[in-house]
Amino acid sequence: MTTARKIRTVVVDDEALARQVLREFLGAHPEIEIVAECANGFEAVKATTELEPELLFLDIQMPKLDGFEVLELLGTDPVVVFVTAFDNYAIKAFEVHAVDYLLKPYGADRFEAALGRAKERLSAKRSGRATAGESGTGTDEDAKAAGAAQASPQQKAAELAAAARPPAQYLERIPVRDGTRVFIIPIAKLDYIEAQDDYVALCSEGKKQLKQQTISSLEVALDPSRFMRIHRSYIVNVERVTRVEPYAKDSHVAVLANGAQIPVSRAGYSRLRAFLDR
Amino acid sequence: MHPILNNSRRLLFYFLGGTPFAAAIVYWLVHTGEMTLSAAVLMGVPLNLLYGFMCLMAWYPCRAMPFGKFDFSRILLTHLVGALLNSAIWVLAFKFTAYEISGVFPGLDTRLSKDFPALFGAGVLSYLLAVASAYIALAIQASQEAQKRAAQATLLARDAELRALKAQVNPHFLFNSLNSISALTSSDSAKAREMCILLGDFLRRTLGLGEKAAIPLDEEMSLIRAFLAVEKIRFGSRIHMEESIAKDVLDVQVPPLLLQPLVENAVAHGIANLVDGGRISLDAHCNDSSVAITIENTFDPDAPPRRKGGVGLTNVRQRLTARYGNAANFQVSKNGDVFRVALTFPAEREARTA
Repeated sequence: MTTARKIRTVVVDDEALARQVLREFLGAHPEIEIVAECANGFEAVKATTELEPELLFLDIQMPKLDGFEVLELLGTDPVVVFVTAFDNYAIKAFEVHAVDYLLKPYGADRFEAALGRAKERLSAKRSGRATAGESGTGTDEDAKAAGAAQASPQQKAAELAAAARPPAQYLERIPVRDGTRVFIIPIAKLDYIEAQDDYVALCSEGKKQLKQQTISSLEVALDPSRFMRIHRSYIVNVERVTRVEPYAKDSHVAVLANGAQIPVSRAGYSRLRAFLDR
Repeated sequence: MHPILNNSRRLLFYFLGGTPFAAAIVYWLVHTGEMTLSAAVLMGVPLNLLYGFMCLMAWYPCRAMPFGKFDFSRILLTHLVGALLNSAIWVLAFKFTAYEISGVFPGLDTRLSKDFPALFGAGVLSYLLAVASAYIALAIQASQEAQKRAAQATLLARDAELRALKAQVNPHFLFNSLNSISALTSSDSAKAREMCILLGDFLRRTLGLGEKAAIPLDEEMSLIRAFLAVEKIRFGSRIHMEESIAKDVLDVQVPPLLLQPLVENAVAHGIANLVDGGRISLDAHCNDSSVAITIENTFDPDAPPRRKGGVGLTNVRQRLTARYGNAANFQVSKNGDVFRVALTFPAEREARTA
């Protein structure tokens, strides 16, 4: 029976007392099962990857990874309720992106309302997944069409994180997940970024890390004085470009300090030239 | 800006003030020169106006040679030469005019020329008087400007202070503390009450501080302890505070809430990002006539970027400069996983009240 199935829930907050409030309020709901409580971003990523919860209560300011970084690294797509004390930019982003949130301190009324909405979203998801599973006749084409119409959870997470960032503040680091492990790539160590279907390959120190995100959403989060889109599929760290060479007719390559050669489109070439000639 | 030339009212008064001199000249022209009154006025008044104008020009060399920047003897020499030259030109103008109209008033130039040395002397004295007045005007201007600057500086200082105080009770701190109290009400009501009292204690201490220019360091320290007492309930065993404060700095006057934001930063950007907690240490001591305070905290160099950057530090730096100017020093440094803020400023004690 699907109705009897409990909602697997993970609670993430670095303050024990803040987790205690959530535990207390959730305790009144027998349909909720808290499968993990996490006190920092790494734990949260590990727990959600291993336990695949359906519902996630997520603090924003935490050790290791903040709430937005955790959201970007989730492999699954749980319903998320952000819990925060005070963060104007984040709250604006939540409103715009219709993300549920709780403002500390919150009472039972506010909590019940947020949980009620989260359950509605969840049941909509469950039934959606059930119909998709039952039909069973879906082709690859259908799946692709559905994917195009609806952005991936990672894509939505990246957009939310970008909207929540205070103005004139650019990405300082990019967290990447490999299984349950998290790597942090500081922006300064990034050589270039290559688009690969739904992923971006982040190239730093001779290694490539894959992350599920579109290159355009990454482009807007990067400092335009340090990173430049020089091709449909490439963003380059301009400090690493040593020279630009012609390559076949009408096209160029940028040669980086580590010897890597990156294709440059015609529009990218004029932008890069203008930057390098400054 | 010339104080008289750029003000038509003052210019009018200046030339009206010259009337007695003009009258004296006219009297001289009629008596000694044996001219008719109308001819004497026609000749005396323009020549008097000319010299009045020349004396006004004395302001420019005075402005170019302020006292203190130049040798007194050099200034004296310059203006003396100026006085002699100007007066000589003026007397020559008289001589020339008298010569030109001696056809109408025969022997005029010879009658007048025996008084030219006296006229020359009067010209020199008038010019030197103008120089002295110009220096007085410049001094008044300078003091007015200094006053304006001082008023502006106080305004800036007050402004910085107000902004700092507004930023004091950090909403993040307040809401998180209230959330902790909310958690404790059901699990440990005695602790919830304790936290309410600690929070109230801290808020009450910050309240009256806006009006005070300075408080003893001792008072600032109890404010910090009240703040940390609240944070210790939130963060539990994650906060380790070490204090090392010399006895002779306890009565030193400091701007209120100078150090508390630094400790708050240490918690928000240091302790809060460390899973296993961290250390904050505060060291204060006196060196001769200055106070040296160091606040250190451990932090995670790989912590997520701060959502709002460095407002607390900028505030403290501004307030320190507003109060002590160049006598204060403020340094921020990072070394491995230790963040360090060091400040030094003059040790002021209660005896001199502002």
